Amino acid sequence: MGFLWAIFMPMMVVASGILVRKAFSVVSGKPMEYQAVMSVMVKSLPWAFFAGSIRTATNSLLTNSNLVTKIYFPREVFPFSSVLAQLFDFAVATSLLVILIAFSGLNIGIQILWLPLLLLLLILLTAGWGLFLSCATLFFRDVKYIVEIVMTFGILFTPVFYDAGMFGEWSYVLLLNPVGSILEAINDVVVLNRAPDPYWLFYAASWAVGSFFLAWIIFDKAEPAFAESI
Amino acid sequence: MSSVALEFDGVWKKFRKGEKYDSLRDLIPATVKSFLSAACRDELKAREFWALKDVSFQIKRGEAIGIIGSNGSGKSTTLKLLSGILKSTKGEIKVNGKLSALIEVAAGFHPDLTGRENIYLNGTILGMRRREIDRKFDEIVEFSGLEDFIDTPVKRYSSGMYARLGFSVAAHVDPDILLVDEVLSVGDMSFQQRCMEKMQEKIRSDVAVIFVSHNLAVVANLCDRAILLNKGAVVVDGPCEKAIEAYVKAMGSWDSKSESGDRRIRFVEAQFKAGAGQNPNMMKPHTPCEVAVTFECEARIPPFNVGFIIRRTQDMSYCYVATTQELGHPLFELIPGERLTVLFQFHAHLTRGHYRVDLNVRDPKGAGFLLAATGVASFTVDEQVTSHGLADLGLKATIQRVQARDQAPRLIQVK
Repeated sequence: MGFLWAIFMPMMVVASGILVRKAFSVVSGKPMEYQAVMSVMVKSLPWAFFAGSIRTATNSLLTNSNLVTKIYFPREVFPFSSVLAQLFDFAVATSLLVILIAFSGLNIGIQILWLPLLLLLLILLTAGWGLFLSCATLFFRDVKYIVEIVMTFGILFTPVFYDAGMFGEWSYVLLLNPVGSILEAINDVVVLNRAPDPYWLFYAASWAVGSFFLAWIIFDKAEPAFAESI
Repeated sequence: MSSVALEFDGVWKKFRKGEKYDSLRDLIPATVKSFLSAACRDELKAREFWALKDVSFQIKRGEAIGIIGSNGSGKSTTLKLLSGILKSTKGEIKVNGKLSALIEVAAGFHPDLTGRENIYLNGTILGMRRREIDRKFDEIVEFSGLEDFIDTPVKRYSSGMYARLGFSVAAHVDPDILLVDEVLSVGDMSFQQRCMEKMQEKIRSDVAVIFVSHNLAVVANLCDRAILLNKGAVVVDGPCEKAIEAYVKAMGSWDSKSESGDRRIRFVEAQFKAGAGQNPNMMKPHTPCEVAVTFECEARIPPFNVGFIIRRTQDMSYCYVATTQELGHPLFELIPGERLTVLFQFHAHLTRGHYRVDLNVRDPKGAGFLLAATGVASFTVDEQVTSHGLADLGLKATIQRVQARDQAPRLIQVK
């Protein structure tokens, strides 16, 4: 039954995304495109991975406080293991999506080769923020409430249910959110079979790599104080 | 590799007491406030205190040292610094080799997993490889004595079982340095015995062991050297007996005289006499001794008996306890102004050590003591044979060697 849990959250996200898309089509009077459904699915799964990882990683040090204060081993293990656990769920959900795509007759082109790089960027970004937030929550307990609220409503500020392109000249505002630019790039390479925008890709990559290493440095610097501050 | 396993070089550790801002909600107003008034910042500094002050020591391989001291003296802080859980404020800590800490042995357990799964989980946390755990698995289970429950989730375990499994896993890690914090107190007698044997086995196999405990008898048994900490500073670093004695003395009333009661009866004096012209501060075992104790009644009291206690000050273990009632005397009755002298006679069948005599006056029907006087007399037994154990049983060994050919057996008597 474990794998049902792995797809529960992504399924909820996909279902609400399809509902939102349906509403769009009703309002605009155009029929809902098949491609729109696919892009909602393709973007919902990485989002579910991101949101789930950040949520669990943020609390990872606190929930293991007895290990932190009693046994010494590299504390990075806690946020990283939360990300890895979510990555496993993500993989399960993705394999289902792959089957779905195979039956849907969606044209997958050569551009799909970008996907591993994009996923790597997403994982780096997630791990970096997870590291930082786990350590921030340890020192400031209310960080987890902030994270909870941001994660709940973050999906509306990120192009998951809609495409950044719908906002026309304002679309760059949505792409400033690095998760948004990565999701759009994933949509480009999987659904639309076109190369991701190089500038936004570079932007997202700098965020991912930068925040990963910066977070690791902060984590490392703060680690000696973990046991006495928790 | 050098023979020094661990080195503490002038280590200081600072802690903060009192309120700490652990949420943004509190931090932001506090930061604003401290910008407005500079005094606030000084106040924060004043809340800091030193948990360890300039602690230095070295431990060699194959050496077992005990760390003793009252609560809050810095014992656990020392262990946590050694294991890397805490970082020192000043000073250097050198660790040569793999270190394993038995600080809270069951800390790594996941309640929903079974004993078997937890052995793997905890073993991994303690730094064992999967293959290593596979190899030692049966040994671990056998040591814990939990064969029948190994596939039960540990949340259903009793606290004793929990601790036993934790200790068993931790005891099978092969470290170069082993830190033990008061974990031997778990489990029943036979398990504790096995734990002690395991520890001794580790010491013999050239592992440096650091042992923190309040059980002084165990420390004395296991360690050759002990460090006495008081308020974060090393007071004694030397042979076990010395450190323990200093600790017991520092604990205040233990060796010194104290008297408590409701003042209706008063302890007047005690006269100690060692027989056969021996010096009470250097007497041989089996010396006949006499203690004459005198009480004076100050107000009406119920009939009472007098309890006589001999304790070894080294670890405060009881050597002998008896009351006059148990010795066959009826209860004493005194009227105010009357004095009572009881003469206790005994043979000091005791091993080397310092002993003290405590007295108490008790109404067998009432609760508590009418009078409790500790350390009314003290004496020291000096003996070269052994300092282990409590009683000198006058042991003799007779050896018989039998030749294979038919010769008469030779008897050798060793005294």
